[in-house]
Order: sequence, then structure tokens, then C-alpha cells
Amino acid sequence: MKKTQLWKSVFRVKHDRTDTRTRSLAVLSNVFLHLHPTRVNRDAVRYSYTWGMGGISAYLFLVLLFTGALLMFYYHPTKFQAYRDILYLEHDVPFGRLLRNMHRWGAHLMVITVWLHMLRVVLTGAYKKPREFNWVVGVGLLVLTLLLSFTGYLLPDDQLGFWAVTVGTNMARATPLVGHEGPFGPQLGMTPFNDVRFGLLGGSVVDSNALLRAYVWHCIGIPVILLLLLGVHFWRVRKDGGISGPAPLLLDSEMKD
Amino acid sequence: MDFGQIREILSAPDNVPILGLLGGVAFFLWYGLRQARAMDRLAVQLEADPALAKTHHRKTHPHDDAWEPEVLVWPHLLKVEFLAAIIVTVLLLVWSLALNAPLEEPANPNQTMNPAKAPWYFVGLQELLVYFDPWFAGVVLPLLIVIGLMLFPYLDASPLGTGYYTLRQRKVVLVSFGAGFAIWLAAIVVGTFIRGPGWMWFWPGETWDHTRQVFEKTRDLPAALGPVPVIAFYLLAGWLIHKFVTRTELDRRIYARTSRLQYLTFQFFAITLLIGVPLKIFLRLAFRIKYVWVTPWFNL
Repeated sequence: MKKTQLWKSVFRVKHDRTDTRTRSLAVLSNVFLHLHPTRVNRDAVRYSYTWGMGGISAYLFLVLLFTGALLMFYYHPTKFQAYRDILYLEHDVPFGRLLRNMHRWGAHLMVITVWLHMLRVVLTGAYKKPREFNWVVGVGLLVLTLLLSFTGYLLPDDQLGFWAVTVGTNMARATPLVGHEGPFGPQLGMTPFNDVRFGLLGGSVVDSNALLRAYVWHCIGIPVILLLLLGVHFWRVRKDGGISGPAPLLLDSEMKD
Repeated sequence: MDFGQIREILSAPDNVPILGLLGGVAFFLWYGLRQARAMDRLAVQLEADPALAKTHHRKTHPHDDAWEPEVLVWPHLLKVEFLAAIIVTVLLLVWSLALNAPLEEPANPNQTMNPAKAPWYFVGLQELLVYFDPWFAGVVLPLLIVIGLMLFPYLDASPLGTGYYTLRQRKVVLVSFGAGFAIWLAAIVVGTFIRGPGWMWFWPGETWDHTRQVFEKTRDLPAALGPVPVIAFYLLAGWLIHKFVTRTELDRRIYARTSRLQYLTFQFFAITLLIGVPLKIFLRLAFRIKYVWVTPWFNL
């Protein structure tokens, strides 16, 4: 079968051989794997250096995209239906409760793994020259991860999400210059009906417009921006020569003054 | 001692991830610092023996000159990644089967939740609302944190410790980051496990009393002083940080590599976020001081 035109057209390379050339081609000629180089430093595959947290965060993001897309089949972002849809998911949809649980806990887990990834990058000095800008991109990804979690919090339209988002967006009232209760806000003509909070919520209270805005940001806006930055983040890692270490030790006496 | 109350707080489904976070940070901190200590021991050994330093492969991992320095991604790296994906999937499945995501009653603007808490990863900011006005705690402070984080690599002028764990070579940087991370985690823990109805302070084991009243008068530093206390604080804290940054011979060499702009920027963020914020919290909790700088337009 492996000699047929169909097989060759799909896989191109023979995957059952163990020689170096075939194995390199297996990575090179695969669109999903070409993110990787064909070889890496032998110490770089050790778990001890990276803890795998960056990769796990990316994997969790894929899990969230998948479970999130399935949830979208059952969810309407309206005040009338949103809460009922969650009840429907939990009690009638086959595996609906598991689906929602996986999406929720996956999101919380991703926040944790992203923080641990950041901790590891600091501990190993992996942000240093020439990777400074990739750290900046990473901080952007961290903020987007938190915003994704936060916008998702409102969507079940229950007391928990409603009051969490009310508390959260009430702070926006106090934004300097562009919030109606912030320093210099009133002087610049800010009112509850034209300030930054109004823009975020689509109204002066958390209501149907806020639900719709949270939904659109959560399902389209933020994931698209995050995917873009994620592409840049990975591409930069690759261009900077793969992961930063484990690198050989530089002695104090070898540092130029 | 109200153990039921403790259990209720700890077992709230949305609080479970915090326990995971604290456990994860503790474990990986230990795991990373253990490697840092091993590397620091190697550094001492190689500094003492220049001949060895010339030939040593300079890692703590096992090494043999006969080994290939590189391995193929397929199968050596992909195997690890695939395994990690499976483990995470299983973990997430078990977690999702064992614990249900919370769902409260339908949103009701007429019935305020008490306490109304932000999601746990933002609860630290909510906790800071006790000590700062919303324009600072909710807007300026998060912006400063994000900008400070983004600037981090540009303020660290030392080439030492790139791509390996070390504690000794990067003490100032790691203490700075660690302090910020610790404040953030502490604020989350206090906001989640300590704060009860009315955002009042309840020690672990104290029953959440919804009728409790706090008759506590806060006071401000005299308005006539204007920005003087804040300026005095910045000078004093800056001097203390400078002492810390130039403590050892190695620290002074790194300091000499740091440009004036880099150093002043570092000082600003360190004073404001790492000393200013905890100090203000301390002043509020210990001396009930609400504002340290009162103006007609804003209070700090």
C-alpha cells in the first residue's frame, strides 16, 4: 500500500525507516512539525530545564479552542438564553457537563502554566539578549490569557460571573482621564454614558450588550490576537536558535567590564 | 475554630486552582533552585581551577565527549511532547470528572453577592483596592506591572546566567522578580482565603459573620505636607535599594555595566511596586493610614 500514488502523495516520506535522513525529513516535510528544527541539543530535551510549561500552555490553548468551539454550538449570548443554555449543557447535552468542566478547568490550568512558564524563563535568564523582544511578546500573551479567562467568566450569566465582572469593570470608571470617576475625568467631560467603561460594556451597567461584547471578544477578538502573537512567539524562539538552554556556564571572571 | 468555614472556602470549586498554583510554584521553585545551587557549586569549582575550566563542558548534566552533541527531534523531542500532551489531557479529564465548574443562580443586579469576588487571578488587584483608590489599584498599578514586566529584560544588563539556573550570579534580579511574584501571590491568598463578607478580614477558622460591623477610623497624613512624605520615601527607598544593588563585588561590576537610564527606570519600578505597595499595605493595616498624599484632584 505504501507504494501507491495516493499514499506517497499524502506522506511523501517513508516513516518506517530509522536512518537520520528519513527522520529529519519526517520533521521537515510536515507542516505541523516544521516548527521544530530537525535536531536539538541533547540536553535540551531534558524536562528539568524547561519544565515543558510553554508547550503545555500552547497545548491547553488548543484544548480550549476545541472545547470552546463545541460549547459555541449550544450557547446563545443573550440574556434570555445564556443561563438556560448552561443548564441545558449540564443536564441534557451528552457529555455537556464534562465539556464545560474541561473548558473551565483548562482555562484555569492555562493561567497557572503560563505563570510557571514565566517563572522558569526568569530563573534561567532566558529573556536575555537576543530574546528581549520575545519576552515582551510573552507578557502580551500573558495579559491576553488573563483577559480570555476574564471575558469567559461572564458568559454563563450567573451571579458569580455577573458580580465578578461588575467589580472588575467598576474599576474602569476610575481610569485617569477617560473614566468618569477617575482623576481629571469629569474635567474632560466624562460621564457614565461616554467613558471607557461604557465602551467596554456597551452600556452603563452589565447587561445584554456587555454579554454580547464579552462573547465576541472571548470567541473571536482575543483568540485571533493571541494566535497572531503566539505565531510570532514561536517563530522568534526558532529564529533565536531554539530554546535558550541548558547553556554552558559563564564564569564571573569571564564577564567583560 | 470553625472547620466547616475553612472547608467551605477551600473546597469552593474556583479556589481549587489556587491550591494547585501554590503547590506548583512551591515545587518548581524548589526544583529550579536545586539546579541553581548545583550550577553555583560548579562555578565555584571552575573559578578555583582554570585548567579544568578550559576543558569542562560547563553543565551539571552527565557528559561524554563521545556522545553526539545533538539528537534528532523525531523521535527524541516529539516523544517527550507527545507524552506531556497525554499526561495533561488525562489530568484535565480526571479534574473535570471529579469537580464540577461552579454555576450560581442567574445573574441578578438587585441581589449583590457578598462577598463579590473577582476571578482568583485578579483577586490580588481587588485586594489592593483596600489600600489604594480605584484609579491606582485598578488601572495605574496593573499598567505599571505590565510595563515593568515588559521592560524587565532591558533593565537586566548582566550577561551572566543566560540559559542556565543560577542564584549567585543573578541575586538582585531574582530577588526583585521573586518579591513581585510573592506580593502578587500573597494578595491572591489574602483576597481569597481571608476576605469575607463586606471584604472584612476573617482569620482562617473564623466564621463569616454577615452582620459584623467594623468601626475603624482611618486617617490621612496631613494635607499640608503635600508630596513631601512621598518624595522622602522615594529617596530613602532608592538609597536602600542602591545599597542592596551594590553590595558585593560581582553586584558592583554588574552595576557598572548598567546605564543611567536603565538604572533609574529599575529604581522607579522597584521603589514603587516592590517597596511602595507593601509599605502602604503595612501602613494601612498597622496604623490605619488611608492616604499618604492628599490633593484636590486625587489621593494616594
